[in-house]
Amino acid sequence: MKLIGCLLLLSGWVIALAALVMLSAFAQRAAFIAAGLGTEILGLALLTRAYTAQQRRQK
Amino acid sequence: MTPTLPNPAQPDLTLILPCILLTPLASAGLALIHQGLGRSRSAAHAMLATLCALAVAAIAFTLLGNHFAGYPNGPAHTLPITGYQWNWLGNLPRNSPANLPLILQVFTVGLAAIIPLSAGTDRWRLAPICLATAVFAAFLYPILSHWVWASGWLAQLGQNFHLAPFQDFGGAAVIQVPGGLMALSVAWILGPRRGKYSAGQATAIPGHNIVQVLFGCLLALIGFIALESAACLLFSNGQPGELPALVLNAVLSASAGCLAAVLTTQIRYRKPDASLSANGWIAGLVAGSAGCQWVSPTAAILIAAVAGLLTTYLVEILELRLLVDDPGGAISVHAASGLWGLLAFGLFTIQPGNSHQNHLLAQLIGIATLVGFLLPLIHATNLLLNRFLPYRVDRDGDWQGMDIRELGSGAYPEFVIHADEFVPR
Repeated sequence: MKLIGCLLLLSGWVIALAALVMLSAFAQRAAFIAAGLGTEILGLALLTRAYTAQQRRQK
Repeated sequence: MTPTLPNPAQPDLTLILPCILLTPLASAGLALIHQGLGRSRSAAHAMLATLCALAVAAIAFTLLGNHFAGYPNGPAHTLPITGYQWNWLGNLPRNSPANLPLILQVFTVGLAAIIPLSAGTDRWRLAPICLATAVFAAFLYPILSHWVWASGWLAQLGQNFHLAPFQDFGGAAVIQVPGGLMALSVAWILGPRRGKYSAGQATAIPGHNIVQVLFGCLLALIGFIALESAACLLFSNGQPGELPALVLNAVLSASAGCLAAVLTTQIRYRKPDASLSANGWIAGLVAGSAGCQWVSPTAAILIAAVAGLLTTYLVEILELRLLVDDPGGAISVHAASGLWGLLAFGLFTIQPGNSHQNHLLAQLIGIATLVGFLLPLIHATNLLLNRFLPYRVDRDGDWQGMDIRELGSGAYPEFVIHADEFVPR
């Protein structure tokens, strides 16, 4: 889960970068960058959840 | 007016040098805050760890990081190895324009490096602190420093992608967020202090010297003002005439952040909480640092008030729901407030010569880079270093305190209360 979380974080950044490089219209760029940020939030949530579960087990 | 890169060949030394020389007060303030919010049994260790982190960061950045970071209009990604001399990295020319950004960044990299110490208080060993700091200062900090402050791709979004440039005048993206993300990674790896969570509930472990914490806030204010002024003059083509507005914004940010935290804790707990209010003060400064040069005073107050409010809630969520033990609140104060400051700068300010939409989009790309690129990189690095040199002190050290375990003596030997003194004679 931690690895997937980290990979999602990176994927979100790549989506945002791709929007910058491949798209030119503002609306399209904004939509892709929002999607990239959404993916990052998902990755961060997954990473956080993995560590919270680990702490609960150790407790 | 489109911002242009500064010309470091003709710096106003009488203005820039005092600003640079006052910047370490930000580190001094944070050190007092971290030390005061930890336990007394680890106080000396916390201060020594701060000094060691500052020392290691300064040397690692000068020897390696500086060559990757570069400076505006100057070369980067260069490592001048000069033949067979003992000083294999070469001598810095005495009158080089690169020296001023280098001196400032020797202090700012130290500031960023001591932020995670707060999250690792009472359980992060000294040797891994030095190792992690060296890697951070040599390889991790210079990435964002180059991209944002030294004409890297984030600073050139305007020229290359027809957007506004990503901007961070006071170091929210370069110093605060990387430090805060490092703190998050360290807190995850170390786990909570022993005794923090017992019987399914979080135990409050209050700081041992709240007076030092509050005095640290005052020192940090001076340091932050100096740092923001120097960074604006060196990296953002700021003019001396803009500094009074910048100073006013910094003071208003700290004030609004602190008052928001005081009010929030008063309403929620019926009494103001001194440690959370101190966190609010710093959170306000951090959030305000992103756009310190351009935001209006009203916007500065609003941005910092939201940061102060956010901090009080986030500290609780991290501790109670996510089981992240961050004694100094570094994750909320530096990472979350820094990210909020960068976003708010895009929301509340119109960049001269650029549309509001483009400016906001540029700030979002910067935020995506910090969270999506830097956090995994920092976390992977820490996981790797933890394999070679375990970060956490052993079980005995957890109970003894870091002072006795690592330094051999406590910070306050004459204040030890012996249980037998209270036995009726």
